[in-house]
Amino acid sequence: MTYTIEAVGLLKSYRGHTVLKALDLGIRQGEVFALLGPNGAGKTTAVRILATLLRPDGGTARVAGHDVVTAARQVRAAISLTGQYAAVDELLTGRESLVMMAKLRRLGRREARRRADDLLERFDLTDARDRRVATYSGGMRRRLDLAAGLVSRPRVLFLDEPTTGLDPRSRREVWAAVVDLARSGVTVLLTTQYLEEADHLADRIAVLDHGRVVAEGTAAELKARAGTGTIELFFPDAPTLDLASTTTSGLVDHEKLSLRVPGDGSAHAVRELLNLMVRNGIHVDRLDLHRPTLDEVFLSLTDRALEGV
Amino acid sequence: MLRDSLTFIDRGLRHSVRSVDALLVAVVLPVVVLLLFVYVFGGAITVGTQYLDYVVPGIIVLCAGYGAAGTSVGVNTDMTTGVIDRFRSLPIAASAVLAGHVVASVARNVVSTSLVLVVALLIGFRPAGGPIAWLGVAGVLLLFMTGISWLAACFGLLARRPETAGAFSFVVMFLPYLSSAFVPTGTMPAALRGIADNQPVTPVIETLRGLMLGGPVGDHGTRALLWCTGFVVVGVVGAAFLFRRRTAP
Repeated sequence: MTYTIEAVGLLKSYRGHTVLKALDLGIRQGEVFALLGPNGAGKTTAVRILATLLRPDGGTARVAGHDVVTAARQVRAAISLTGQYAAVDELLTGRESLVMMAKLRRLGRREARRRADDLLERFDLTDARDRRVATYSGGMRRRLDLAAGLVSRPRVLFLDEPTTGLDPRSRREVWAAVVDLARSGVTVLLTTQYLEEADHLADRIAVLDHGRVVAEGTAAELKARAGTGTIELFFPDAPTLDLASTTTSGLVDHEKLSLRVPGDGSAHAVRELLNLMVRNGIHVDRLDLHRPTLDEVFLSLTDRALEGV
Repeated sequence: MLRDSLTFIDRGLRHSVRSVDALLVAVVLPVVVLLLFVYVFGGAITVGTQYLDYVVPGIIVLCAGYGAAGTSVGVNTDMTTGVIDRFRSLPIAASAVLAGHVVASVARNVVSTSLVLVVALLIGFRPAGGPIAWLGVAGVLLLFMTGISWLAACFGLLARRPETAGAFSFVVMFLPYLSSAFVPTGTMPAALRGIADNQPVTPVIETLRGLMLGGPVGDHGTRALLWCTGFVVVGVVGAAFLFRRRTAP
């Protein structure tokens, strides 16, 4: 199996501080792959190496079949990078920005304009196309930034924290754009510190911490690592709750009058639990199922709290 | 490379026209300085000829500095905002972005110089040089502006932040004051005169003055050409080196 993005043992350090410790990645054609990790985990460094902007101290990486160090130009012809900060020209209009990018990608004048208009349409920026980017909202800038990365129909797209600093609404807009892109078959490597984002967008996720991959798999596989989830039972009053807590082990919440019992949420597990309550004459008002979240996975895998998230 | 440079020149020109404050500094300020020197200080300065005729070359050289200051800031902004990463991830020579800034800078200077000349003619500037002399003026000025603009690009590549890059304008603005731009160097104290006579701006101004007013140019012409060519060479080589260092993978 050949990978579209493949990294073997990537090393990088800055002034004695190791940022990447033998990073390995294998990303297949058409996959949306998320590098998930807290600030300083090495996500941006990894992307910059794969996008030919940074030279690794050790290890090798190939993107679209070309070595990122010895065949940087061929790699650049196949990729597109959307950086952490929207790299858009405030003084140009949205359309001018895209036409400029298209020209730099060797499209002719007419073709460049047509491509720009197509992309403006696709990213819902047609109404704003002749306004200066300085007047755009954060979400619009990111969408323009994404569009600028697509003028050349890249095979591989790097998105470095595409939604950092965006409000929830703008984030949804960018997500929709990424989902749309993924459908067109482009291989996407995105970095994020938002678990929800990785969960929503990625086919596979690698959790990065201190410069190495500490876990890798689908969102479901990673969640399975965090245990089975819980069933939360709610009771009408405190005595009933107390009685229930003697029949099975679980986490008692006196405020909510609830009991959280480990369980995978299958019909069988729920029926067993309710039967147990009925046999003991305990009345249950209602119940909630709690699926394990990526947060739990993340916190159990990384030894740092997620500061600032 | 040429095609990408043209794309970046187009970008630089659009930037120039749209950054209103930079445009005002580059285009309007020289005219204001001209009027200031002619009507406020000029009356108290005796140079042997009409002061307006004396001071116009100085003002033109002064405004080349204003125009170039925007270049330092523009280059530095590209380097510090992630824009350069986008260009570097393209299969092009990203250094072409510098050419865009430099050409836009020269274009701004040409506009502001023309404006200064038009205003000067309106208020009584009476140059005596013929067409050949004016071609010489254009040549020396273009070379000087190109050199200053490349040096400004170097400064933009050296500075850490756009604010620091803006300091370049102080250097280039200061040199004309220590030259024969506004008063003959003969009126300065000996120590200052030594600096003024041997710094690059004086021969450039004396050359322009000689050509415009039909007076002698003397060895100022050669010195001006040497200085300006030196600026261009140092500026281009320096910018190439600094760009490579700043964007080393």
